[in-house]
Amino acid sequence: MSKILIFAEANPQGLRRSSLELLHFASAAGAEVSVLVTGSHGKDLAADLGKNGAQKVLVAGDAQLDMYQPEAYAATLEAAIQQIKPDVVLGSASALGKDLFPRVAARLDTSVISDGVEIKLAGTQVEVKKPLFSGKCFAQAQFASGKLQMVLMRANQLPLLATPNSKTPEVTELKVPPVDLKAKIKSLIQATGNKMDLTEANIIVSGGRGLKDPKNFSLLEDLAKPLNATVGASRAVVDAGWASHSMQVGQTGKTVAPSLYFAVGISGAIQHLAGMSGSKVVVAINNDPNAPIFQKATYGIVGDLFQILPLLTEEFKTVLNKG
Amino acid sequence: MSVFVCIKQVPDTETKIKLNAGSSGIETNGIKWVMNPYDEFAVEEAIKFRDTHPGTQIIAITVGPKARAGEVLRTALAMGADEGVLVDAPENLDPAQTAKILAAAIAQEGAAELILCGKMAIDDQANSVPQMLAENLKLPHTSVISKFSESGGVAEVERDTEAGAKEVVAVTLPAVFAANKGLNTPRYASLPGIMKAKKKVLKELSAATLCPDLTAAVTLSKYSLPAEKPAAQIIPGDPAAQVKALVQKLRDEAKVL
Ligand SMILES: Cc1cc2nc3c(=O)[nH]c(=O)nc-3n(C[C@H](O)[C@H](O)[C@H](O)COP(=O)(O)OP(=O)(O)OC[C@H]3O[C@@H](n4cnc5c(N)ncnc54)[C@H](O)[C@@H]3O)c2cc1C
Ligand SMILES: Nc1ncnc2c1ncn2[C@@H]1O[C@H](COP(=O)(O)O)[C@@H](O)[C@H]1O
Repeated sequence: MSKILIFAEANPQGLRRSSLELLHFASAAGAEVSVLVTGSHGKDLAADLGKNGAQKVLVAGDAQLDMYQPEAYAATLEAAIQQIKPDVVLGSASALGKDLFPRVAARLDTSVISDGVEIKLAGTQVEVKKPLFSGKCFAQAQFASGKLQMVLMRANQLPLLATPNSKTPEVTELKVPPVDLKAKIKSLIQATGNKMDLTEANIIVSGGRGLKDPKNFSLLEDLAKPLNATVGASRAVVDAGWASHSMQVGQTGKTVAPSLYFAVGISGAIQHLAGMSGSKVVVAINNDPNAPIFQKATYGIVGDLFQILPLLTEEFKTVLNKG
Repeated sequence: MSVFVCIKQVPDTETKIKLNAGSSGIETNGIKWVMNPYDEFAVEEAIKFRDTHPGTQIIAITVGPKARAGEVLRTALAMGADEGVLVDAPENLDPAQTAKILAAAIAQEGAAELILCGKMAIDDQANSVPQMLAENLKLPHTSVISKFSESGGVAEVERDTEAGAKEVVAVTLPAVFAANKGLNTPRYASLPGIMKAKKKVLKELSAATLCPDLTAAVTLSKYSLPAEKPAAQIIPGDPAAQVKALVQKLRDEAKVL
């Protein structure tokens, strides 16, 4: 049987959905599932991890791990791997996962497959589909046999099970000697705008130069509210300083995969299309019927966004409140 | 004092990706190769560092096929790098291989005070080489930085995490940093810079000599293109009718609400 170790991430509300996706995948695949959680709240998550399929939970509860510290986390994940001896280590392609996994992979003389969008387990070997060029193409990635397989999966790619394989997990504490930190995170600067990262968002409303003025971004924020959506932007408006870089979608911004993507006043340049091509349904609103964005859209409205957006916001408010 | 800047040559972002005959990779014929956009921020930051630390040597280094990869070093030299090191290597290395080769080359070339990379190469989008390189050299790292300053051998940087949040990190040098957009505004190469860069001699190393027993931990195969989307349904009518029809379709047809 294949052994999978999952590096789980939580926020104040509990386990992140992206971590649950990994847990459900691993348990549905029939693997022996262990989970590593970090920080002084880690132990509170053990029961929930069990309900979602964890057979073993390693709690690294040291307070040094309450904030992400790359060197301390690397030592912790390494220790968990030494203890569990997994075939596969799974994590989310989050800001933390992407920083941590490569460092540990180098230490253990292996590599990382990052940004996975599909994963299959055959025996002990995984086969992972991953995007290249921000989604302009895809490839199947596989590890050479005998290498520890470290994989980072993108959020919202794997289904959650309606009834997870609930277990009563064996909980053990993972003690890791303190690490001398040469890179030390001193403080956090909280985000001001979006609450959710674009890469995790289920609905995105993105705006481009067609909005004409930075203050018109409020039209998008109004639309985002009833939809519980995250606001994105094209590079043109990020470069103009109307939106922050963390909001940029595209080849030199975020690669996103929501179920619904609105492109408002965005022409559809190849670099923008690359970043949003993983979206399930795309709505384009543009007053130029020949804008390339319409070639990648599911639904198109040819019209003036300044007329359409307020009406659309009202319609969503009405319809979504009715349930 | 040496500052290394790791630069990858990648297809221009305008490139329409096509697959090769056996779908074992992309068709590279006719591709225009450029400097990975994030690496431009790394070069710029190295130049800014040299401005405040006179005597610093900026060494641009790339791992790639000799037949084409030297060009990207000329771009870095034209921007202001002092030296270029071309490590000849085959196409499509896995990030762990690249990081081993870079570590061996940097160790051989001399003590680095600072190593700057981009946060991601836009072709393989691995987001891995800088962290792996740091580990191989037993140095600390910070990835995805959008602010850098240094004083007394300690760097203070800001790392972009999620949804616009940042971490403030103090890092003892020498260290590896991976640049995000926002770190600075990369300069254009000046005409005299371009002329001078043309004349410089690149140092050539070979991956096979630096790392003789290199094997890939990860291989990519069965390349595919995203499924073609059917043509968009253009929704007719006046704005009020368009909006009503769109919402109804999103709910009942696409079922995404
Ligand atoms: C190296 C490189 C990397 C890049 N990376 C990215 C990237 O990551 N992401 C990205 O987005 N771009 C990227 N770009 C830039 C890209 O090429 C385009 O310039 C950019 O996407 C254009 O942004 P836009 O669609 O907002 O603006 P425009 O192309 O100017 O389009 C504005 C659109 O708004 C429409 N419009 C105007 N008024 C109205 C109205 N009243 N109602 C409705 N519609 C209206 C217009 O018809 C037009 O289609 C990159 C470019 C380069 C060279
Ligand atoms: N072949 C290479 N040669 C030099 N630097 C590289 C190479 N590949 C990656 N890098 C560096 O590592 C960064 C991240 O690349 P990646 O991990 O491949 O996404 C790039 O922005 C470069 O700075």
